[in-house]
Amino acid sequence: MIGSLDARLPEGPLEDAWTDHKFALRLVNPNNKRRFTVIVVGTGLAGASAAASLGELGYRVKAFTYHDSPRRAHSIAAQGGINAAKNYKNDGDSVFRLFYDTIKGGDYRSREANVYRLAETSLAIIDQCVAAGVPFAREYGGLLDNRSFGGAQVSRTFYARGQTGQQLLLGAYSALMRQVAAGTVDLHTRAEMLDLVVADGRAAGIVVRDLLSGEVTAHAGDAVILATGGYSNVYFLSTNAKMCNVTAAWRAHRRGALFANPCYTQIHPTCIPAGDDFQSKLTLMSESLRNDGRIWVPRAFDDTRAAADIPEAERDYYLEEKYAAFGNLVPRDVASRNAKAVVDAGRGVGSLRNGVYLDFSDVLARDGAEVVRAKYGNLFDMYARITGEDPYRVPMRIYPAVHYTMGGLWVDYNLMSNVPGLFVAGEANFSDHGANRLGASALMQGLADGYFIVPYTVGDYLAGHLGKEGPGTAHPAFADTVSEVNDRTARWTAARGSRTVDWFHRELGRMVWDHCGMSRNAAGLQKALAEIPALRQEFHADVCVPGSAATLNQSLEKAGRVDDFFELAELLARDALEREESCGGHFREEHQDAEGEARRDDERFTHVAAWEWAGPDDGPIRHREELEFSAVTPTTRSYK
Amino acid sequence: MSATGNGTLNLRLRVWRQDGPGDAGRFETYDVGGISSDASFLEMLDVLNERLTLEGREPITFESDCREGICGTCGLMINGRAHGPQKGTATCQLHMREFSDGDLITVEPWRAGSFEVIRDLAVDRTALDRIIAAGGYISVNTGAAPDANLVPVPKEAAESAFDAAACIGCGACVAACPNSAAQLFTAAKVQHLNLLPQGQPERWARTEAMVETMEQFFGSCTNHGECEEACPKEISIDFIAWTNRDYVRAKLKNRKLAGQR
Amino acid sequence: MRRELPWPLNLYQSAVGKKWVMALTGLALLGFVLVHMLGNLHLYDGPWETHEYAETLRDLGTEVIPRTWVLWGLRIGLIAAFGLHIHSAYSLTRMSRSADRRYAGGRDYIAANYASRTMRWTGPLVGLFVVYHLADLTWGHFNPDYIRGDPYHNVVASLSNLPVAIWYIVANVALAVHIYHGAWSMFQSLGINSPRWNPLRRRLAQAFATVILVGNLSFPILVQAGVIDDGGRSVVRERLEQADHAAGQTPGPTGGML
Repeated sequence: MIGSLDARLPEGPLEDAWTDHKFALRLVNPNNKRRFTVIVVGTGLAGASAAASLGELGYRVKAFTYHDSPRRAHSIAAQGGINAAKNYKNDGDSVFRLFYDTIKGGDYRSREANVYRLAETSLAIIDQCVAAGVPFAREYGGLLDNRSFGGAQVSRTFYARGQTGQQLLLGAYSALMRQVAAGTVDLHTRAEMLDLVVADGRAAGIVVRDLLSGEVTAHAGDAVILATGGYSNVYFLSTNAKMCNVTAAWRAHRRGALFANPCYTQIHPTCIPAGDDFQSKLTLMSESLRNDGRIWVPRAFDDTRAAADIPEAERDYYLEEKYAAFGNLVPRDVASRNAKAVVDAGRGVGSLRNGVYLDFSDVLARDGAEVVRAKYGNLFDMYARITGEDPYRVPMRIYPAVHYTMGGLWVDYNLMSNVPGLFVAGEANFSDHGANRLGASALMQGLADGYFIVPYTVGDYLAGHLGKEGPGTAHPAFADTVSEVNDRTARWTAARGSRTVDWFHRELGRMVWDHCGMSRNAAGLQKALAEIPALRQEFHADVCVPGSAATLNQSLEKAGRVDDFFELAELLARDALEREESCGGHFREEHQDAEGEARRDDERFTHVAAWEWAGPDDGPIRHREELEFSAVTPTTRSYK
Repeated sequence: MSATGNGTLNLRLRVWRQDGPGDAGRFETYDVGGISSDASFLEMLDVLNERLTLEGREPITFESDCREGICGTCGLMINGRAHGPQKGTATCQLHMREFSDGDLITVEPWRAGSFEVIRDLAVDRTALDRIIAAGGYISVNTGAAPDANLVPVPKEAAESAFDAAACIGCGACVAACPNSAAQLFTAAKVQHLNLLPQGQPERWARTEAMVETMEQFFGSCTNHGECEEACPKEISIDFIAWTNRDYVRAKLKNRKLAGQR
Repeated sequence: MRRELPWPLNLYQSAVGKKWVMALTGLALLGFVLVHMLGNLHLYDGPWETHEYAETLRDLGTEVIPRTWVLWGLRIGLIAAFGLHIHSAYSLTRMSRSADRRYAGGRDYIAANYASRTMRWTGPLVGLFVVYHLADLTWGHFNPDYIRGDPYHNVVASLSNLPVAIWYIVANVALAVHIYHGAWSMFQSLGINSPRWNPLRRRLAQAFATVILVGNLSFPILVQAGVIDDGGRSVVRERLEQADHAAGQTPGPTGGML
């Protein structure tokens, strides 16, 4: 059905590629821009910045969010910072170095051209955000401060205390609200996209449900931009917000858009472990804690003594012992897998035996509580609030949790999917992070896509459609899609089974975490592929969705989202099974060296796996986009 | 283990139920048992909702999203206090260890004239977005920005601007205000931008527009200070004073230059 | 939308502008309350000194303009401040009442204190008191022993009546409570805020309210205690009559002094 994947990568040297490409992109005359309607779904960093920028350019923009306000998108929760190759610290950073680090961090599973453009664009992002009033940290001279983040050897991370995501989102949100006030953006809040309308072979609009009235309506556009985030919540417990879901992307996938590399999921090693069976989400704490905390578990199995009662000789500082050079600062995935290994072995700590200690007693004894408070006060307070334990006296308990998904809808260099007119920006696409994402790069990508890439490339697409504007809601595809959405909704509201939506979501999450979590193997993945569809059938037969579709109904909203998570979970497991190598966030136990290090298979897997939906009854079709490296040479990492 | 953790609580909840904006609404009482003191308040409501669903009743509608105190979606009046008894936290950061076994807990939605109750505990806060749309931005088109280090920002200004910018837009200030005023929300945004060099060109127009939009929807500040106490980010009412001053200056100042009418 | 008034009256069309006016008029009224209280301390000097103090007020500015003009100017200013203070309070209260919704399950106050929550009660109470106070001691209603021109005598005549003394005490407590919040609140409304001396604002308000309270309450209490007393005589009238007699004039109406 789909031929070879054309990523439309630019020719020539990387340094000039984006500049040359921008020149080659067609333009839309200012008078003609207002004849085009662009739909933007999602108002996080990518969506809000794209909608604002397109509005400024003069397009008619319709922006949709299921939140009550664009300011609530989950970009707001990012703590650490945003990378940019400004080299303000004079420590040898450059666009090429940021590019190189990102490619390497992605374990050589991303496109050189995309990543180079991302690094290049990072410069303008900081300028834009500062001009918009983002209160980044400053030095005493009034210039911007930077810090090193996530093990980077240069200090290139711009930050606003521990709330960088919030401040960047508020910047993009304010730009969006300015356009709303100017009348160029028509903002639809509490409107959830439930399907994509494809007519005459191109994306022609979306179908949304008004979450308050339940009314289902179709909206036509000449181009559709999805900026709807990642799918970490397929695991139920993740650091993502409760409402984050895959529905918009998944519905687009079912309408023909390819889904790329779903098995690339990122685990964050320093989260607070679940406190009880009703835990609804996990909270991340900055990785910087590992700079001073020492990670350990008791040597004995099922040791129920309090931490203080375990003598030094009976403690296992497993990272320090295993990785002499990096110790507690090994990369995220290595730290995560080792934590899983000790917990699985029955040496976990806490009442649920589901964490490892992160112990600050050494640094507290060495530097004193005041020094520690100055550095980590906020984090310690947050930890104490959530757990009721005082980390100045008792070691913290941490455990890895799903945090970010690198996979997403497949897009070409213009961030357009294989469905003409359907663009995908931010975490929702697969484009820039390869198999693993560097710390402080998610915010960078969201804003790069929204501010500086999509506004150009959408124009190029629309320029080709001048005089051939979208078919409009009169096209039968709109009525058909609306009625399919209504049928689906009606099916849920008729469901009066014996289990709640959350129960099924929790069960699904457990399955995906156990078999497609931070460590995977063929047997487990096959088990998942058998269990997930079975649970999904049970979900259809036995779920209970109270209330009506004609009002605000949160159970109904969740039912549709969980249903899509079921289908995605299956694809995730299948992708993980087919990728017989370990790379980045994807670790296959069969593919490691004698010391437990991940082993890539560049020979067979230097490609993007892009999956095509082939209907509910047939398995998905795997397409490949080969990755070529000209500027960097893939190497194997080592942290010993 | 902590001194308070790992107990279980049996509670009686008095929860406001309202089918829609037009409905009069009423309190309903529920007994909830076996809640871990380590659970969050919203997880306790999750547990109750699971039970209600299985009993064939409609679960309680309440809003939340990030559940780590930054998105501002959640917000409940718990025992007469916005975001509950714990200072400096949003509802989602409130844990059950703040309560005792056998407690009666009253849960009500935010109440203000412009915060219409949508259903149960969910309210409409779009008036806050209207205030932002009136001027809560710096007009800089994408791509038009100069180099980020061109204009130094004194560290104190950046820090103070951040203190204001920390606002999560939850509406607790309005909910807690005996006048349903949105002064703290508005002042936080006004001062975030007014304190920065980048915000100077639009300073007077912004202050005037945002304050006057606020006054279309909300009450008038009488300096009780309840907002500051309720604010999960503990934003200071100093920003209100600074905004009052900026507003009066904006009104009295001659902002037109020679030859302008 | 209402029509915008010309500059600078448009400031008063906004709530923040009204608060500003309320704070400025409040400041003027605070000044009056303080001076009024300090002036009344002449009661402790005796009847004649009190009378002379009253005359001094009337004599203000006589070098330049006719007698009592300055006093009348101050009175008109005070009346205007009072009127604006009341009008702004009234319209802001109406605005907040229409914006506010009650909590069916009750609510808890943390920062709001008794003073801040009762401004809308202490204000009208003080307003009523002012009217009574004028009627009592300036116009001479309610007071059968009223003697024009002898404030000492009139004060004693009024406050020796126990219900009147209680009423004065209640009203002055309300005034002090009103000032306790108002004097602090004024700084916020005017935007007088600096971390360097913010803590001072609260203490200043407390001190001011206390001074006014102690000063003003001393009068009814000490009259009741008999410390301030003229035994029902009018020392001022007697002295003036003596003086008139000595000058060989027929006694004229003491009201001429006003």
